[in-house]
Amino acid sequence: MITAGRIVRLAERDRAQLHFFLDGQVRTALAGDTVLTAMLASGHALRKSEFGPELRAGFCLMGACQDCWVWQDEGPRLRACSALVTEGMRLRTTPSESWP
Amino acid sequence: MSETSSPRVVIVGAGPAGIRAAATLVEAGVHPVVIDEGHCAGGQVYRRPPAGFIRTAKQLYGSEAAKARALHALFDRPAKDGQLTHCAASSVIAVQEGRLHVLGEGGVQVISYDRLILATGASDRVAPVLGWQSAGVYSLGAAQIALKAQGVALGRRVVLMGSGPLLTLVGAQLVKAGADVAAVLDTSPWHRQMRGLWRLAARPFVALRGLALRARLGGRYHAGVTLERIEADGQGVTAMRWRDAGGRERLTPCDMIGMGWHLRAETHLADLAGCVFTYDEHWRQWLPKTDQMGRAGNGVYLAGDGVRLLGADGAEIAGRLAAAACLADLGHPAPSACADLRKLARLERFARGLARAFPWPAAMVRALPNEAIVCRCENVTAGNVRQSVDFGGSEANRIKSLSRVGMGRCQGRYCQLAAVELVAAQAGCMPDAVGRFRGQAPVRPAPIGAFLRSG
Repeated sequence: MITAGRIVRLAERDRAQLHFFLDGQVRTALAGDTVLTAMLASGHALRKSEFGPELRAGFCLMGACQDCWVWQDEGPRLRACSALVTEGMRLRTTPSESWP
Repeated sequence: MSETSSPRVVIVGAGPAGIRAAATLVEAGVHPVVIDEGHCAGGQVYRRPPAGFIRTAKQLYGSEAAKARALHALFDRPAKDGQLTHCAASSVIAVQEGRLHVLGEGGVQVISYDRLILATGASDRVAPVLGWQSAGVYSLGAAQIALKAQGVALGRRVVLMGSGPLLTLVGAQLVKAGADVAAVLDTSPWHRQMRGLWRLAARPFVALRGLALRARLGGRYHAGVTLERIEADGQGVTAMRWRDAGGRERLTPCDMIGMGWHLRAETHLADLAGCVFTYDEHWRQWLPKTDQMGRAGNGVYLAGDGVRLLGADGAEIAGRLAAAACLADLGHPAPSACADLRKLARLERFARGLARAFPWPAAMVRALPNEAIVCRCENVTAGNVRQSVDFGGSEANRIKSLSRVGMGRCQGRYCQLAAVELVAAQAGCMPDAVGRFRGQAPVRPAPIGAFLRSG
């Protein structure tokens, strides 16, 4: 699968497709993708750093560095490296307007 | 959890050490509770992809496929038969007076223990390089997890850098999987690698396997490099600037960098459980103190890379030993430890050889320019750290409160060793004299809502 994002799929490409929303836009992922894989299959970053100008795209992928937290339209934030993407999930790269 | 044995034994971590410990207890008729962050047991090295993935164990784990399969079965069988309680996708965030605070999907629950076996493993030991805060910079472990558990490369053109067995292994695995690996940059020079060689003879087959993997990298592999800076634009990494062993400037275009210098033991829970720490000169980090079986006192036992960085094979043995010690202390008949202790001593000789051959890049860290970011969580710079030595002296926790290094959401896991190195250089002392950051609960970020849900 040719994608425009950061990651390159090297194996396991025949899984079922599913759809999720990223900042309101519909995106495609594969069943079993983590949120991180799903977001970086079509994008280059997960979020903006709170302390500098740069974008962040995760770092350790094992739940230790906490670099990959992303927001959902509703509900709790997710650690993108450990949460699996699900059909219809609504993800955000920035906090929602109503975020306190 | 009424079905568990009394007294209750809790194991934290279901990698090679945790699985072996659990299996040893089950065999002796004890029903342990195993708490692990993964969705299924295996740990990082023998991590299993989510349901629906079809690569075989051989494709996933290479030469270690049989060990991986055996360990998975060793855990899955008693878990299915109700001989152990498995709390998956759960993080222990605090240890207090015989009670663990466990964060899972349903909120925070408290699990009490009479005996605690910590098998928390390790993560990459990373050192800052100018520009490493950019999107597209990952740990070597991350590159391996992405390939193993997701079947992906984290970039179109990859540069790997650092030193240690994982550098070669991840490089060879990515090349084999079809990724475009532009360069593998080892900061350890050849003469240094040779110096560790005689100890590596303790495991000749493992050493030879490493050399065979290295051969697969061909001309991509460069020893004795100097890492200059990671170039980036608004989207992330664009190139790696480095100098080869001959001092020539090189620029390698890439959009992904994987970095790591061997491993850093995950010790936060051991710290909260009251373990005593000593500074290890070979591994250049603070490690919890145990007897040879893994006893740390107060009913706490430690096993695996979270206490001694011996790798997966050593972790299996240490897990068995810790469980045997626990059984003996509970008055159960325990399996004999003699053969395991001999094996462990050999693995330790090998591991200390590795630590010498592929050292922590102390000089590189000490030479960081002031603008280099040391803490990726909050973008604390080398200059900030040096300045706080001038304000408040060289004690690690004072540096932490003055500069905020180690106070971000990773809680110092990825900056502590570099920060301590900078402080030691600035203060003119040895790193062990700087001390270590005190572990603080919660050891993982926990939403307030999780505590509310638990009542």
